[in-house]
Amino acid sequence: MNKKVTVYSTPTCPFCIRAKQFLKDNNITFEDIDVSADHARAQEMIKRSGQMGVPVIDIEGKMIVGFDKEGIKEALGI
Amino acid sequence: MTYDLIIIGAGPAGITASVYAARKRINFLVVSMDIGGQTAWSGDVENYTGYQFITGPDLSAKFEEHMRTYKVNLKEGEKATKIEVREGVIHVRTDKGEYAAKTVIVASGKKSRELGVPGEREYKNKGLTYCATCDAPLFSGKAVAVIGGGNSALDAALQLLKIASHVYLINITPSLGGDAIMREKVQKSGLVTVMNSSFVTSVAGDKMVKAITVKMAGKEETLAVEGIFVEIGLIPNSGFVKGVDKNAAGEIKVDAYNRTNIPGIFAAGDVTDVPEKQIIIAAGEGAKAALGAFRYLNQSR
Repeated sequence: MNKKVTVYSTPTCPFCIRAKQFLKDNNITFEDIDVSADHARAQEMIKRSGQMGVPVIDIEGKMIVGFDKEGIKEALGI
Repeated sequence: MTYDLIIIGAGPAGITASVYAARKRINFLVVSMDIGGQTAWSGDVENYTGYQFITGPDLSAKFEEHMRTYKVNLKEGEKATKIEVREGVIHVRTDKGEYAAKTVIVASGKKSRELGVPGEREYKNKGLTYCATCDAPLFSGKAVAVIGGGNSALDAALQLLKIASHVYLINITPSLGGDAIMREKVQKSGLVTVMNSSFVTSVAGDKMVKAITVKMAGKEETLAVEGIFVEIGLIPNSGFVKGVDKNAAGEIKVDAYNRTNIPGIFAAGDVTDVPEKQIIIAAGEGAKAALGAFRYLNQSR
């Protein structure tokens, strides 16, 4: 079963680019939210993750802060 | 088992060393916290020969792809914590294990210098950040402070003045450094307050940053800000390497063959005292270090 994955990112953030590339390389589909353009979703990210750094990756409700490859793999079960 | 070589770090220096080591058929291991090092953090790169223009993440991806064309034994997400030589064998301890080798290349690079003030650790990523390129867009409409007076601080201020309501530039020296062209842009903007000869004494807030306290001419002043961008330079990741000679900045001293004062321990890239910290120089130094290690292994056989 495919897990619901959301990536909160900014276009200029190198680790966001790498995190999204990592998901693509593993054939994971995800919703990509540009928090620099979408203020409401930015607030949602800050509220839900309790911090302001990007990227934040939401995997079925589990919030992973930063490009934590091991954390992402574990949450996705890959 | 004892490897011929352990490479610590996988930035431009470590990755290039691993490509050279693989091609020399050296039995080696790479231990690294991340891949790409500071290159992965960089914005646009326009001075890496062969690429007129490439972004930092793309160049990192190219480096990684090149390394992975060889069967490289890579321990990613592992932090080296200690290197010691026992009975002629070099032992590298990490937060996850211990490995032994005849030679080591330290290519662990540099990291952002911290302010070292109360509140800094608590509010990291809660309004305080070391990566303006990453996080600046989250601070639109907010008052922010940039700490530093060099090019990276000016760059952060320039990014922020497009979106923030106000930017305080807190600079410890009597006047701003960096390139004149950037300095002028910052000084011309009505949104930036430059505070020279001033330094940060604390960071405060509730869940997120709310204020920063700055000392200027002996007087403390608290500024209401929601974002703090620390851009006060870099320090070498050399603390875990004991017994090797370092300069006053903590950079590992190497000779023209990338040898340290300890036989079998080599170093390359930004962690060393080699002048000019550039991606292309780090890559070249990584190649030299791998060839140096190869020569050393042949001679000690």
